[in-house]
Amino acid sequence: MMFRKITLAIAVAAIAVPMAAATAPAAELTIPSLAYRTGPYAPNGIPFANGYADYWNLLNERDGGIEGSKIKVVECETAYNTKQGVECYENTKGEGAGALVYQPLSTGITYQLIPKASSDQIPVFSMGYGRTSAANGKVFDWIFNFPATYWDGATTIVQYIAEQEGGMDKLKGKKLALVYHNSAYGKEPIRTLEVMAEKFGYNLLLLPVDHPGQEQKATWLQVRKERPDWVMMWGWGVMNQVAVKEAASIRYPMDRFIGIWWSGSENDVLPAGDAANGYLSAAVHAPGADFGVHKDIMKFLYDKDKGAGERDRVGEVLYNRGLVAAMWTSEAIRTAMKIHGTNEPTAAQVRDGFENLKVDEARLAELGLKGFTYGIEISCENHSGPGKAAIQQWDAKAKQWRIISKYYDRLPEITGPLIEEDSAAYAKENNITPRSCN
Amino acid sequence: MLYREAGQFKTGYNTDQSIFPIRQDRWAIALFLAVAVVAVPLVIDDYWAKAVLLPLLVYAMATLGLNILVGYCGQISLGTGGFMAVGAFASYKLTTAFPDLNLIIVLLLSGCVTAAVGVLFGLPSLRIKGFYLAVATLAAQFFLVWLFNKVEWFYNYNATGQITMPPREVFGFLITGPEATPAATYLFALGFLIVFGLVAKNIVRGRVGRMWMAIRDMDIAAELIGVRPLMAKLSAFAVSSFYVGVAGGLYFTVWFGAVEVTEAFDINQSFQVLFMVIIGGLGSILGSFLGAAFLVLMPILLKNFMVNWLGVAAVTAKHVEITLLGVLIIFFLIVEPHGFARLWQILKEKLRLWPFPY
Repeated sequence: MMFRKITLAIAVAAIAVPMAAATAPAAELTIPSLAYRTGPYAPNGIPFANGYADYWNLLNERDGGIEGSKIKVVECETAYNTKQGVECYENTKGEGAGALVYQPLSTGITYQLIPKASSDQIPVFSMGYGRTSAANGKVFDWIFNFPATYWDGATTIVQYIAEQEGGMDKLKGKKLALVYHNSAYGKEPIRTLEVMAEKFGYNLLLLPVDHPGQEQKATWLQVRKERPDWVMMWGWGVMNQVAVKEAASIRYPMDRFIGIWWSGSENDVLPAGDAANGYLSAAVHAPGADFGVHKDIMKFLYDKDKGAGERDRVGEVLYNRGLVAAMWTSEAIRTAMKIHGTNEPTAAQVRDGFENLKVDEARLAELGLKGFTYGIEISCENHSGPGKAAIQQWDAKAKQWRIISKYYDRLPEITGPLIEEDSAAYAKENNITPRSCN
Repeated sequence: MLYREAGQFKTGYNTDQSIFPIRQDRWAIALFLAVAVVAVPLVIDDYWAKAVLLPLLVYAMATLGLNILVGYCGQISLGTGGFMAVGAFASYKLTTAFPDLNLIIVLLLSGCVTAAVGVLFGLPSLRIKGFYLAVATLAAQFFLVWLFNKVEWFYNYNATGQITMPPREVFGFLITGPEATPAATYLFALGFLIVFGLVAKNIVRGRVGRMWMAIRDMDIAAELIGVRPLMAKLSAFAVSSFYVGVAGGLYFTVWFGAVEVTEAFDINQSFQVLFMVIIGGLGSILGSFLGAAFLVLMPILLKNFMVNWLGVAAVTAKHVEITLLGVLIIFFLIVEPHGFARLWQILKEKLRLWPFPY
């Protein structure tokens, strides 16, 4: 009897719920969010997903969407797993009038989606991750990876190191170590660092760490033995915090340990406590919640209990990363609307919006993000933007990240030929004729 | 009633030895195949192909392979992920080295390469048994994944270690790459599964299969009646690895198109395929299909039910899904410790008497 009642309840719920959901308004912009709030990388995935969701909700609540079109964010759980990411992509791409743009949020999923989304004609915005050579818009029409690629990141970090040492010529004979996640993501900067090693004369020490990165004793033993002058890190998830802790335990000087922008959030340094003080990482935007847009988020979302996450975690580094990703995406959609004179752009039109995207300092100020990041301009050839990055430092006492340097420009003479070479190899392998950009 | 066999007489050796001796079974299989081969390709879309059917076909193939080794020959293996990686990387190396080679031949050769590797790692099985063998095969898993990540030759010296499948045609139909139609990729994988499913069924009920089962049931007794353990065990490793290798090749070529060895073929793959074998039923061809279907389809079904129908938030649905899947596995194993294959057998017995059970 009990069982029958439950079955009946489930059946009723199954029929009633879709009927209630079917009365949605017509003009909607569908933005899938491939989030990961579960799995080994969840601590990093959650703040990003919250920032991403909050910005879209803010646009809905404050401005009534983008130019009058409401935004519908469809969240799909990937657990940072490629298989589930592909399932999410296939599941959400036909949602509503069709998904407009994807943020795969994992290098593995990005690699998977590059050919697929290109053939489905949906733009992919792999912001500061994914395949670096997608910077070449002639080969990768549908992929955008601004504001900076991993290779840009490698060149900016080396520039910072050189500045501390007293000039590029002082790099000669120095020993630089790279501690990296032993996957496509972590291997990205190796070639750039090798080319630079040849040019600037430093020695490069490569130290891979296998997924998920909980076991790093051997790696840091090697650091202790080899005594590199600087350690760089391409890590993600639990690997970051373990690395910071291990570095602290061998008393490696924290201000000579620099992570990429995915290895520099509160999650990565808090577990190590005071020992993490002075740890450095690259950054493409500012940390903190002191910007106009954060005040709006508090006013329109968290005060009304509509926020995606916890109130006191707004303004964390990865929260801001999600926010800036949504900001650039929304500006691209806005640009697409202007170009094509419609308030319901298709995915292909949004791609045009990305390609003509220009968010300068003045526009940032209008958006309530003055000084939050740098101005960008995307073009047909250049999908990676200006490629600048600054260095931020962790202050363990104040529990705050602070940007301590200027935004360094990338070294195009290093990255340019590498991008050219890698994208040409991709084009050849997949029978793509690079388009002309004139 | 439904399974009434009255009047179905076996009048010759060929009917006595047929795979499906009961007429109802033959009809059901024929109908099932007709739907799978004719009807499904007409309605299949990207989601069904990439998220549901290709995973099902690939895992069914891998489960079939592992079931031969674990279920029929009694040799526990935890190296399935590693052997799938061998299949994937072999097909990558073959197809990039010989772009004109037919993809079918590429996959068969990848299977053969994996069979050779499987035999190599099967050698310890001649001396060690049970859990100890599981540990030895675990070494294969870690070694192979490490090897493909470490040695750049395997991924053609590219910068990231990811391997990407170039577009390939078979008989004028594009099978791999992003432009391939869902129907073509599905039928290609289905073709492999049908042919090799039939082959597996015939191997296990023939002399070789009986040899394996003799070893599984009691190796000393088997040796006394003239079964050579060397031949039996190594042939099981070879055949099993061949299937797993082809599954790995299909996984890479038609399903994903790009894989990263550390993620795609990690230890979880080995466990997942082993669970499919155990839940489906050790030593059963049908069980391999049922086990793969359960573990591939159930998470997707649960997810879609909760997210699209009940409107649960994606993350909550994921947590519930993980819990529920575990509960379901325990439930089914308590209900029938011998897996779905045995459950089906019991059901068949009941259907034979239905609606007049005594």
